Amino acid sequence: MAKTLFQKVWEAHTVRKLPNGQTQLFIGTHLIHEVTSPQAFGMLRDLGLKVKYPHRTFATVDHIVPTNELKEPYSDPIAQEMIEALRKNTKDYGIRFFDTTTGTQGIVHMVGPEQGITQPGTTIACGDSHTATHGAFGAIAFGIGTTQVRDVLATQTLALSPLKVRRIEVNGKLAPGVYAKDVILHIIRVLGVNGGIGYAYEYAGTTFDGFSLEERMTVCNMSIEGGARCGYVNPDQKTFDYIKGKPYAPKAADWDAAVARWASFASDAGCQYDDVKVFKAEDIRPTVTWGITPGQAVFIDEKMPALETLNAADRQTAEDAYAHMKLAPNTPIKGTKVDVCFLGSCTNGRISDLREVAKYLKGRKVSPSVKAIVVPGSQLTAIQAVHEGLDKIYIEAGFEWRGAGCSMCLAMNPDKLVGDQLCASSSNRNFKGRQGSQTGRTVLMSPLMVAAAAITGQVTDAREVFTV
Amino acid sequence: MSLAKITQVKALALAVPGDDIDTDRIIPARFLRCVTFDGLGEHAFRDERTGPDGKERPHPMNSAQAARIAAAKKGVMVVGFNFGCGSSREHAPQSIWRFGFTALVGGSFAEIFFGNSTTLGVPCVTLSKEDLAECDAFVRANPDVEVTVDVAQLTVSAGAKTWKASIAASARDGLVNGKWDPIADLLEGAEPVAKTAAGLAYVAGK
Ligand code: SF4
Repeated sequence: MAKTLFQKVWEAHTVRKLPNGQTQLFIGTHLIHEVTSPQAFGMLRDLGLKVKYPHRTFATVDHIVPTNELKEPYSDPIAQEMIEALRKNTKDYGIRFFDTTTGTQGIVHMVGPEQGITQPGTTIACGDSHTATHGAFGAIAFGIGTTQVRDVLATQTLALSPLKVRRIEVNGKLAPGVYAKDVILHIIRVLGVNGGIGYAYEYAGTTFDGFSLEERMTVCNMSIEGGARCGYVNPDQKTFDYIKGKPYAPKAADWDAAVARWASFASDAGCQYDDVKVFKAEDIRPTVTWGITPGQAVFIDEKMPALETLNAADRQTAEDAYAHMKLAPNTPIKGTKVDVCFLGSCTNGRISDLREVAKYLKGRKVSPSVKAIVVPGSQLTAIQAVHEGLDKIYIEAGFEWRGAGCSMCLAMNPDKLVGDQLCASSSNRNFKGRQGSQTGRTVLMSPLMVAAAAITGQVTDAREVFTV
Repeated sequence: MSLAKITQVKALALAVPGDDIDTDRIIPARFLRCVTFDGLGEHAFRDERTGPDGKERPHPMNSAQAARIAAAKKGVMVVGFNFGCGSSREHAPQSIWRFGFTALVGGSFAEIFFGNSTTLGVPCVTLSKEDLAECDAFVRANPDVEVTVDVAQLTVSAGAKTWKASIAASARDGLVNGKWDPIADLLEGAEPVAKTAAGLAYVAGK
């Protein structure tokens, strides 16, 4: 019988059926970070349990790391306590830790792929909802709670129920100036922020075939914003090429066998999906959010929705959103004044993002009214970018060049909005208070749109600022 | 590990309205800077409850009803649709539970939030849109009447009203049988786990 990748991976990792009807699923790779793991280690100690398969867990530190302060102790004693707790836990239990001193630290969803730990046909869990990022490699990867982190540490398994699979096909070529970020913002806008509840998303079609692994990661990353716990792209030659030579990639004699195994996990032709949605790449334009959920988005040249056009439930959230964002219904978002520009995060803090923007940034200047920061998602990315001289281009343009971490994606480190500042952001969430100020405002967009906003000081169509 | 069988939660209720209430609103990220869950209860919905000026805002969690629930250490929170969307942080259900809520009734719940709550022994049941509106109105009008969330019978009732409720079968099973924390079952499977692990050759260790 023809099967989806989801079904094949699920079956290969099924240990047994549990008394409550759920599946005991084996977790091939477990990633942990400093925010959601300390309590899990605490529970482990309380129960007198050990880490069962320590070589299958990998740790890094990302959320609390200050990006402008390299020396420890950090000025925030709680951040220091959290990093030290992770050092102790990984040392006590023999877990590989990509610490800040190793040159390999970074956002957890960047470290896995960079190290070749993220591989097709695997199950990957992490106490972080953006774990779906790893699905770009054809893995079933999803976020879990802290008690479940304990479960994986103690047993390398989880109690789960299978998901339905929705195939989301995007076909055709994106117009210049339209990016993977616009594709996922558009999908979420159309299918809704809770449209994916109960589903795994399989992203497919010629647009995805043409995407690099980094572009696929950008899309898979935001599956959770569409309500889907995981999202994946079937593995292909591009996937294998990306992994080849990475530190944890299979070596020499093992390589061919691994590739054959990985390829066998791809969805079979003629397999059944629980749902299919089809999009045309040509219909997608640069997209920005205007509200407080990632689904509240418009094309840059559209007006924000008039309240009368919305149904009762959407209308209530929209009213709340307009009040928070200090924006008016039925007006263009283009031209809205921007205070801060953030280029980074596990959605768009990769080397390809930094290169793409740098290409256009040469010779341009950030508006004096804007504070702009660029934060490579990982140390390896930062090192590569410096090697290519990208840091100079950003600094000359007026961006602050920072160290690796989550930075202004969320309010757990010193990078925060102040008051009701409006931030043009390449991250993934525009929730109230997400960027560290209760009244702060976030407009999500692609990296090049962030750069355009930085230069003009306004929410801008990048295609009018740069020759794309 | 023996756990209580949770067949029913009977307690005073509080309506916290709105759809798509995300985990950043339930527990702002700055409170995630911690190595234990202790003390999270008092910060549930912190930025909804307190303005940037440090003054209290009108919010259900600031009401006398909320204070009664916190004192009793049991309560039912009535919420909207897609509650708990956003991050996987268990800090969100932990803060609601530590505040004093022992059951949630809503239109729908984000999956990770739902799973995290179940593992704490906090049932999250759903009602149809119409029934939820009725339940919400009832709770506001009758703050002194206890609401019963019956996980075994799959109903929510209050006063003379009874509404039909739903919850994932596996969660219901776990709650009513005192197995809502799966760790015991998972540990029991150690042998078949080892077999599955041996059959999966991936991730070359260094
Ligand atoms: S960059 Fe943002 S979304 Fe990604 S892991 Fe860090 S905080 Fe989470």
